[in-house]
Amino acid sequence: MGTENGHNAIVSIRGLRKTYDGKPPVRAVDGIDLDVHPGEIYGLLGPNGAGKTTTISICTTRALPTAGSVVIDNIDVVKHPSAARRSIGVVPQYNTLDRSCTIWENIHFHCLFFGFSRAEARARTQQLLDQFHLAEKANSYPAQLSGGLAQRVQIARAIAHRPKVLFLDEPSAGLDPQSRIAMWEIVQGLHREGITVVLTTHYMEEADELCNRLAIVDHGRILVEDTPAALKNSVGAQTIYELDLHEPVPDLQQKLGMLSGVTAVEDTPRGIRVLARTCDGLIGDIVSTAQSSGLRDMRVTEPTLETVFIRLTGRDLRE
Amino acid sequence: MATNARIVSYARAFAGLFMRDLYVLRREMFPFLIRVAMNPILFLFVFTYIMPHMSGGATLSPTAGSGAGPSFSTILLPGLMAVGIMFSGIAAVALPLAQEFGITREIDDRVMCPLPTGAVAIEKICFSAVQSAIAAAIVYPLAYYIPSTKPITHVTSWPFLIAVVILASLTSGALGLTIGTTVKPQQIGLIFGVVVMPITFLGCVYYPWALLDKMPILQHGVLLNPIVYMSEGLRGALTPALPHMNAALVLLMLLVFLSLLTWLGVKGFLRRVIG
Repeated sequence: MGTENGHNAIVSIRGLRKTYDGKPPVRAVDGIDLDVHPGEIYGLLGPNGAGKTTTISICTTRALPTAGSVVIDNIDVVKHPSAARRSIGVVPQYNTLDRSCTIWENIHFHCLFFGFSRAEARARTQQLLDQFHLAEKANSYPAQLSGGLAQRVQIARAIAHRPKVLFLDEPSAGLDPQSRIAMWEIVQGLHREGITVVLTTHYMEEADELCNRLAIVDHGRILVEDTPAALKNSVGAQTIYELDLHEPVPDLQQKLGMLSGVTAVEDTPRGIRVLARTCDGLIGDIVSTAQSSGLRDMRVTEPTLETVFIRLTGRDLRE
Repeated sequence: MATNARIVSYARAFAGLFMRDLYVLRREMFPFLIRVAMNPILFLFVFTYIMPHMSGGATLSPTAGSGAGPSFSTILLPGLMAVGIMFSGIAAVALPLAQEFGITREIDDRVMCPLPTGAVAIEKICFSAVQSAIAAAIVYPLAYYIPSTKPITHVTSWPFLIAVVILASLTSGALGLTIGTTVKPQQIGLIFGVVVMPITFLGCVYYPWALLDKMPILQHGVLLNPIVYMSEGLRGALTPALPHMNAALVLLMLLVFLSLLTWLGVKGFLRRVIG
């Protein structure tokens, strides 16, 4: 099974489409192909409504595609959903913890659902509670937990049956900055253990920080796919140099514009702004050119995924 | 996966779900008992204890003047058991499902069990049936000991009684599943007025079906109500001296309703959880 799909890939999506009936019908996913390699953290970055959640829902057997295939760990998830569920762990956007059970019971019963013996389930639950620093909360109920803790429990539960791939849908939605960083550390820890992680996000910092590779998604299609660094160096991504000058110097603009890699030079109230493709040695050239013209200060802004997204779509990620 | 391994895996997942439900029920035993017992206690207390004791109450009593006829408590015993069984199905499946679909989405995690999704719905029916059977066992002594005139009960066939209780309990769970997956979560409160009350009052709970013979339209109309077969089946099994429906017909109709409601319920469940 799945040999026609990308070999070596642990998650392989081909020609995925999903149209929701309605007036007019909504084309949520419009032809997505992608491969996720074992052990990597793969991100789907895009604005709300781009089709990320639908893609994850199909991968995790909670939605049926209109067309296309998803193969995870050599199992076709559309044809064999219950077998595929053994290979996947899911943390959805919202809290799905069992409100009638304590944290300990939530994880324990999850293990039993996946065929663990009681002793195995007990041992695994204890291990996860320790690993995720949840031991103190073992007897609390989900309603008593903060958003960050509830999410930590959800991640612990999702990996309790040792899935090969963990899907995180908007993991930092609704988290405070501290919880978000704690969550990143957890995901990086799982990555070191060798779990493949697929996550969706509309926070470019998150995609940049966490993902080995990512796809920028909009209107149900993948616009580009690469490592965060390569994406930032790609399609018109620019480093911005803000120069503060003592006073305006007439021919400085022209001189800076001649440097190789520089694509635009603009006046600013405090001096000059240089936009340039990322290339080695440029910063030295800019400084030496501007120094004789009374350079007071300089700030460098590296290209971000947000600038990449804007270049690709003409829109802001959060619009 | 080999077929055998797959069946073992499904069975363990199913057993896990069942154990989780039992565990939660055990912890919430007290509210469960109150829920099951309150309706029959009040009903029996008012109609079979207070009324017969009222001065001039004989004229108010539903069985006034029937003299040698069956006591109202004998008519009520199987009927109230049927209501207990049916009501448990609604309370164990329909109400929690409405909450899970509408607010908590806990169901999304249950659906991720390594089990065909329909089996998650079937587990709900089975567990609900356990609650219904417990409810029936609780209602029986209440209906026997509260009335001032003791009902006359006699079990002629234990296998028939057991078959009726099991089928009625499963059918109630399937009814609960159908309701819980069909009705919008915000309208679940309406269910009591629109479904539960009519099927109870028109379910031959407070009167034997055979005595409707003077009203043929009603007598035939109520045959569409599954509660009728629960009440009449229990009447045949527990109070055979009263007029009651044919045993084979009762079992057949319970099977028909069980199949129909399970099919509708599982279909509705799949529609709600799989996008």
